[in-house]
Amino acid sequence: MIRLTDVHKSFGRKQVLRGVTLHVPKGQSMVIIGGSGTGKSVTIKSVLGLVEPDKGQIEVDGQDVHQGDRDAFLARFGMLFQGGALFDSLPVWQNVAFRLLRGALKRPKAEARDIAIEKLRRVGLKPDVADLFPSELSGGMQKRVGLARAIAADPEIIFFDEPTTGLDPIMAGVINELIREIVTEMGATTMTITHDMTSVRTIADRVAMLHDGVIQWEGPIGEMDAASDPYLQQFIHGRAEGPIEAVRSAASYSPRPRCWRCWGCKAVCICRSCSPSPCAVSGPVPQTRAFWRGCRR
Amino acid sequence: MTLILSPLAALGRNVLSILATVGQMAIFAFHAVTHVFRPPWYWREFGQALIQIGWLSLPVVGMTALFTGGALALQIYSGGARFQAEFAVPSIVAIGMVRELGPVLGGLMVAARVASSIAAEIGTMKVTEQIDALVTLSTHPMKYLTVPRVLAATLAVPLLVAVGDSIGIFGGYLVGVTRLDFNAAVYLKNTVDFLELWDVTSGLIKGAVFGFIVALCGCYFGMHSGRGAQGVGRATKGAVVASSVMIFAANYILTEVFFAA
Repeated sequence: MIRLTDVHKSFGRKQVLRGVTLHVPKGQSMVIIGGSGTGKSVTIKSVLGLVEPDKGQIEVDGQDVHQGDRDAFLARFGMLFQGGALFDSLPVWQNVAFRLLRGALKRPKAEARDIAIEKLRRVGLKPDVADLFPSELSGGMQKRVGLARAIAADPEIIFFDEPTTGLDPIMAGVINELIREIVTEMGATTMTITHDMTSVRTIADRVAMLHDGVIQWEGPIGEMDAASDPYLQQFIHGRAEGPIEAVRSAASYSPRPRCWRCWGCKAVCICRSCSPSPCAVSGPVPQTRAFWRGCRR
Repeated sequence: MTLILSPLAALGRNVLSILATVGQMAIFAFHAVTHVFRPPWYWREFGQALIQIGWLSLPVVGMTALFTGGALALQIYSGGARFQAEFAVPSIVAIGMVRELGPVLGGLMVAARVASSIAAEIGTMKVTEQIDALVTLSTHPMKYLTVPRVLAATLAVPLLVAVGDSIGIFGGYLVGVTRLDFNAAVYLKNTVDFLELWDVTSGLIKGAVFGFIVALCGCYFGMHSGRGAQGVGRATKGAVVASSVMIFAANYILTEVFFAA
């Protein structure tokens, strides 16, 4: 269904994805785990075309995601964003029915509203929530509205970006159960990003661990606990010790000194001592005249 | 030598950065204009933008015009007294308001009120992934966010300028009649006699250009907002500064085109 082959992506000098290869079979729930900043969100945004990969291929049903009718392609997807990403200026029901009120899937307003209320009910919200604005809802309710919007047009593929982040354990459990139920009920193919191991165990059919820009481990959820991969084991058990550098000790940490003549600029420094860029010089920061002289342009 | 080169290098970096921004804005403006003529059109968003930019800016533009018209009448009266030209107050107030002060001050007030608001709104939408959400919901952010605002501002600001011109002339009339002892009928006659259609039209064209600039700057800086509150703050500041400077520059160019000959 979804196939990523050797996908690379960099932002400036920071290489986020270094060759991600992953296959998500049709109707399966794939959960991607990994530490913060390892490129999980970039991976799913690459599939949606929100981020353009530098290299590699992404296919959905054998078709390159960057070719063909973009609207028709996106109409197959639903996405729940980490913060909900609800439109502040629209009431809840118009958020949920956004896709049904415009574009190729446009329906009459009354029908779109009925569908929105039905989807809200599906995620455990009462019809009187429909006319509220997102700012009037709690975090958990906003997540549910986001979930209702993601499933409003009955998409074939749904992405969940950290669906339980910022929620209390009970609400997180409710959202996890909802996602599992909806995925089973709709038969959709899903990709979920999370740090929450309870979510992983509730939602996943398969698990992939992303570390250092590549898929470190991938397999069925049933094999996860018995897997021998030390990175995976450290992550799922939340250990501070292991191959994943978790804590940088105070002794080994030293802030990168900057050439103060560059006025702390973030641009490329051209002074000889600082070469190559950026404005880093080795050793302690000698804020002295001698250093000033040494740092010639 | 290094002491001389350092500031020059910094200046060069800033100039390059400004030129890059100008280039990106030109491309953004081109896309915005081309999208105006291609469906889908979001009429509801256009209507809302028209109210936000036009109707709700009316009080601030009106107040600015009223006080400016009054102050202009006083200045022309006291300045004109040096060469016995006090009688010219009505005509100079009318021409000054309609050709120059109405469009420029109206444009600046709209820039302060609208460019900041658009940049902050779109910037916040970007930071909270609402723009990504729009894309995943098969909605082009340029069509949904930029086109309605640019179109609404281009149509609404000339109307605001027209209202501002009238209020500004009325401000001059009030001061002229109540403080400077002008005859009301003579003041009005002088205003009408000396004002030409082209004076009014040129001011309205300026208003349309300024409206386009204001909405474009708001949308551009919002769409290119950095992360977090600081990023949105910078985008807002950038939108107001850029639109104000561009209004002055465009005003000079248009005045040169309209009246130099």
